[in-house]
Amino acid sequence: MSLVAYFDAASSEPLHPRAREALLAAVDVGWADPARLYGQARRAHLLLEQARTEVAEALGARPDEVSFTSSGTQAVHLGVLGTLHGRRRAGRHLVTGAVEHSSVLHAGQVHEREGGTVETVGVDLLGRVDLGRFAAAVARPGVALACLQSANHEVGTAQPVAAAAAACAEHGVPLLVDAAQTAGRMPVPPGWSVLTASAHKWGGPAGVGVLVVRKGTRFRSYLPEDERERRRVPGFENVPAIVAAAAALRASLAEAAAEQARLSALVDRIRETVPKIVPDVEVIGDPVDRAPHIVTFSCLYVDGEALLTELDKAGFAVSSGSSCTASTLRPSHVLEAMGVLTHGNVRVSLPRGAAAEEVDRFLAVLPDLVRRIRQDAGVA
Amino acid sequence: MTEVTQPALTIDALGKKCPIPIIMLAEQINYVPLNAVVAVLADDPAAYTDVPAWCRLKSHRHVGSYELPEGGWAIHVRRNY
Ligand SMILES: Cc1ncc(COP(=O)(O)O)c(C=O)c1O
Repeated sequence: MSLVAYFDAASSEPLHPRAREALLAAVDVGWADPARLYGQARRAHLLLEQARTEVAEALGARPDEVSFTSSGTQAVHLGVLGTLHGRRRAGRHLVTGAVEHSSVLHAGQVHEREGGTVETVGVDLLGRVDLGRFAAAVARPGVALACLQSANHEVGTAQPVAAAAAACAEHGVPLLVDAAQTAGRMPVPPGWSVLTASAHKWGGPAGVGVLVVRKGTRFRSYLPEDERERRRVPGFENVPAIVAAAAALRASLAEAAAEQARLSALVDRIRETVPKIVPDVEVIGDPVDRAPHIVTFSCLYVDGEALLTELDKAGFAVSSGSSCTASTLRPSHVLEAMGVLTHGNVRVSLPRGAAAEEVDRFLAVLPDLVRRIRQDAGVA
Repeated sequence: MTEVTQPALTIDALGKKCPIPIIMLAEQINYVPLNAVVAVLADDPAAYTDVPAWCRLKSHRHVGSYELPEGGWAIHVRRNY
C-alpha cells in the first residue's frame, strides 16, 4: 500500500500498466505521419487504425465513426458545436441537463453567443435529470441537439440515457452522450448519435479524447477543416498515446466486471459508514443507480478546503466541489442544481486497484478531522 | 414581498463565506420563538443554495430568498422545533 491513497480517479485514473507498455513500444515505432506513404508512415497508420478499431469495438461503434481528439473536453466541444453546425437547417436549439460537465455548458455558451438558444433541464435531489421535462424539451420544433452524460462526474448519479435517447429518436433529434465517467467501467448506454469520452479517465494517457459520430448524423466541423480524423478533428494525431489509450480501454474492460463491482462495494461501504461515524453529514447522489467508483458527501459547518488540506496531510488525495477549493468563487453548478450543500464537500473516486485497507484507513481518520475543523470554527 | 413575515431576528452574514453564514444560523435559530422567522443576510453565492439545504437537513422551513438592493439575499427561515 502506498503512503498516499489516491482517491481522485474521476479527475484522472493512474496509467494502466498495459497502457504504459503500449505507449513505450509505440513511441519508438509510431512517430511518423500516418497520412504518408512510406514504410514508417504505413506503420504509424496501421497502429492508428488498429487502435481505432479496438476503441470502436469497445464502445459499440464502427471504426469510421471514431475520431481521436486531444481531450475529453475537446471531444465535447467539437461534438456539440459540430453537430449544431451540421444541423443548422433543422434548428438552432440545444437541450442539455443542468449537471453536465463544464465543457458542455461552455460549448453551449459559444452557441448562444452566435445566436443559438440553449435550454437547461433541471435535476432532482439525487442529480438525475427530469426525464419528463427532457422529453418535452426535445419534442419541440427546432431542436438541433440534446446532450446527456452517462453518469455525473461530481456525485456519480447515472442519467436515464436510454429513455432520453428514445425520446430524442422519436423526434429525430441526435443525442450526444458524454460517457467520460463510465467508458471503460460500464457498457455504453444505447441510443446515442454522438459519443464522447476521455482516455485518462479509463487508465490511458492524458491528451486523448474520443469523438464518435454515428453514421447518418449530420456533422460539420466547427473548426477550420483539416483532412485528419475524417475532417472532424484538425491536427496531427498523437499515435503512441492513442495506441496506449486503446490498450488501456481493452484492459480496463476485460477487468471491469470484477473490478468495478469490487470498487462499487467499497463505495457502498463509504456511503453506509460515513453517516454513522460523522455527525451532520449528507451523502449525496444516487446510492444504487450510479457510476461504480464515485461517492460524494458534504459535512455541515465545514470548510471544504480545510478538510481537503487535512485529508492531504493524512495521506488522501480527494477532490471537492465546494467553492473555496475550486479555482472559482462560485460553488459547483452540479451541487447548486441539485440543491444540496455546497460547502464541506468531499468527492472520493476510487481508481482500479484501490485497496479496502485504504478505504478503512480513510474512514478511521475522517471523523476526527471533521471534528477538529468544526471545533476550530467554534461549532459546538 | 408584502406578505413576507417580519423576521424576529436578522443575522448579518454579508461578506462572510460559507460555511460561516450557516454556522451563524445554526447558533442563533434557537434565540427566536417557535414558528418565528430568522432572516440571514448573505452575499456568498454558496449561501443561496446552502441555507435551504440546511433547512432540509435540519427540518426547518425555508420560507423564501429575497434579493437585496445592494447585492446578496435575505434568506428567510422558519423555526420548526
Ligand atoms: C463528465 C466529463 N466530461 C468531460 C470531461 C473532460 O475530459 P478531459 O479531462 O479529458 O478534458 C470530464 C473530465 O473531468 C468529465 O468528468
